[in-house]
Amino acid sequence: MTELSKGGHRHLLSIAELGADGIEEILEVSDAFVEVGRRSIPKVPSLRGRTVVTLFAEQSTRTRLSFETAAKRLSADVLSFSVDTSSVKKGESLRDTVETVAAMGVDAFVVRHTSAGAPAAVARWVDASVVNAGDGWHEHPTQALLDCYTIRQVLAERAGRALEDTGVECFVGLRVAIVGDVRHSRVARSLVLALGALGAEVTLVAPGSLLPPSLEGWPLSKVSYDLDAVLPHVDVCYLLRLQSERGAGAFLPSVREYSAWYGLTSRRAALLGDDALVMHPGPMNRGIEIADDVAALPRSLVLRQVSNGVAVRMAVLFMLLGQGQVGTGGSGPGLLPTLGTVVGG
Amino acid sequence: MAESKRRGASPSESASGSLVIRGGTVVDAGGTRVADVVVSGGVVIEVGAEVAVPPGATVLDAGGCLVAPGLVDLHTHLRQPGAEDAETIETGARAAALGGFTAVVAMPNTDPPVDSAAVALEVLSLGSGAACQVAVAGAITMGRAGERLAPIGELAALGVRLFTDDGAGVQDVSVMRRALEYARGFDVTLAQHCEDDALASGGHMHEGEWSSRLGVPGIPAEAEELMVARDIALVRLTGGRVHFLHISTAGSVALVAAAKAEGLAVTAEVTPHHLSLTHAELAGYDPVFKVNPPLRPETDVCALRAACASGIVDAVATDHAPHAPERKDATLDVAPPGMLGLQTALPVVLGALGAAGFDREHGAGSARNGAGRDRAQVMSVRDVLGLLSWRPARIAGLARDQGGEHGGPIEPGAPANICVIDPAATWEVDPARLASRSRNTPWAGRVMTGQVRHTVFRGEAVVVDAQVQR
Repeated sequence: MTELSKGGHRHLLSIAELGADGIEEILEVSDAFVEVGRRSIPKVPSLRGRTVVTLFAEQSTRTRLSFETAAKRLSADVLSFSVDTSSVKKGESLRDTVETVAAMGVDAFVVRHTSAGAPAAVARWVDASVVNAGDGWHEHPTQALLDCYTIRQVLAERAGRALEDTGVECFVGLRVAIVGDVRHSRVARSLVLALGALGAEVTLVAPGSLLPPSLEGWPLSKVSYDLDAVLPHVDVCYLLRLQSERGAGAFLPSVREYSAWYGLTSRRAALLGDDALVMHPGPMNRGIEIADDVAALPRSLVLRQVSNGVAVRMAVLFMLLGQGQVGTGGSGPGLLPTLGTVVGG
Repeated sequence: MAESKRRGASPSESASGSLVIRGGTVVDAGGTRVADVVVSGGVVIEVGAEVAVPPGATVLDAGGCLVAPGLVDLHTHLRQPGAEDAETIETGARAAALGGFTAVVAMPNTDPPVDSAAVALEVLSLGSGAACQVAVAGAITMGRAGERLAPIGELAALGVRLFTDDGAGVQDVSVMRRALEYARGFDVTLAQHCEDDALASGGHMHEGEWSSRLGVPGIPAEAEELMVARDIALVRLTGGRVHFLHISTAGSVALVAAAKAEGLAVTAEVTPHHLSLTHAELAGYDPVFKVNPPLRPETDVCALRAACASGIVDAVATDHAPHAPERKDATLDVAPPGMLGLQTALPVVLGALGAAGFDREHGAGSARNGAGRDRAQVMSVRDVLGLLSWRPARIAGLARDQGGEHGGPIEPGAPANICVIDPAATWEVDPARLASRSRNTPWAGRVMTGQVRHTVFRGEAVVVDAQVQR
């Protein structure tokens, strides 16, 4: 997590800032919060008295709920702000909006925006931490982190190992296919960076019109137009959501044709190895990028991704806002034994 | 032309005083020599060693300095009329004078645009008291909409020599063809902003490695090159004349080189920022680096520098594009493209093209004023000044033998439009202290090597010791 100038706050704007060590640290802290999530009262006082704003300038259900749940389980006060109910529509600039909210006393902004780079701009403007919750086609770092968390969790279970004993070595050589609209996908950009940093072998599979114009500097092992040829050789098949407007003729002849060539149908899913996993960031377009019965297979981790999302976002908020706070202000380390050790290390 | 003659015939009161520019090295198209320059009545009256100072003359110290013909900017957005919050003719001309320019060509993409004699006359009139000559370019089409021809003849009669829909290219090939055919009769030049809208559609930066990584819609180099190639074909077809504004890619350079080799009437300019900055500057999404054409990869930057050195590029022009601070303080997709250029052009260009002989610091490769530079492309100071003064003066129709008063040479009888440059002086760019009404300089906080010490416009010292006097 980077530190930018204003007020010396820490931000999470891009996976690129974390490196393998940073990712590993977040995954380890997430373990503790997964444990918290299993308690009868899944709440800890770590961020009591802190205020987190979710600033969403784009439609989103699960990411917003996930962040707000995470913040509330950390006992932070949560303010929710969306474009529909704000003065942005009255012509107020993003900067004025953000500064106005910040003036109310905010410790962290969780920003979702249609413009790539919007969280970076917010980080320049406000005296608070900023978490990128998805910016345009750029990045969605917490999605990639929860995806990595989920992969590691499943691999640990299969190996019969405790999570604490499972580092990130399990990613080395892991064969992951990311399938679909990579060009317009912030999820893909974050995931490629995260998996690449951890040593996975990433293959992009997409029609040419949905690949980015340049892949220079991307940590990829290959790019393919042929999903059938790739599927037998992957450990994880990660499907991206296809926005329906891409099928209107400008990028694809039709959604139907996309589905025929790149959808994970039952027939295609049968090409996967027995242990291969299927993932999707949601929300799924059933029958387009993923067949309904494929989504229901045990190998599909979609709901597990969602449930891990809360713990991973708790870890991110805690690491941005909570460090140095544990053990002060009445929330002693005794209340949070697992984190006391993880964070101390 | 009519405008410049009128001005030349009635020099202002202060311009008639005498000046001596003492102790410098005179550099112009004719050569380089150590000489003092005596100015009186708005013209140079003597150039030589150890001249006698006329009684009452002001002496401008030029020790260690280059004394050159005033710089000429082919491409300046002065924003007036219509966006006076971003810039006015007065403030823009002041920035120009501080940058060593004695003439600028005001782009016609104002509101209303310069597509009628009335607006052209307003700009010329507002410019008449400014710190440098303000020439005006006219629009090629009405409203810059790319459909119907603007009154090119009527504007030409007012002295307008360059026509452009800058901010956009003329998309319709048949409209551009007719414009070129029609313009032939008026001895004017059509200047094209080369950008194929369909291919550039929705882009905010160069399409390539960085746009792909940042998730920002890109503008491919080919969006520019397609129109350069198309207009070269139209020049061949019509016998017309085209000046290519702000070319930014290696492909455009190659096309222009081929057209020149063929003997076609084309000229080309590059900007200081395309000679010095790359698309990697956008990594932090800072809209100050959003500009059109966009900043390109280093290979293009190197090709542009080489094209300056080889003579394929005819001029460096600033594309000075002020935007009010609040408009630039937005996300990358919302902020308008453009950056300030007038006050930083000279040091940036000297740094990028590595004017040999005095700029050893840049020769060492650290390149304070811009990206790294290939030592093989080092140009002489005189050649660099040619790109900024006498060569653009000719394209703008402002050279002496065209009835104008810019671009030198510095000799007795010549209009006294002169800039005095201290090539060793260093200064830090503070956006708040720039003369422009806007702050969108990409060089904020950077230390420049090379500074304009004095600017003499029509015999009057409008800049003295880097301070503007008008």
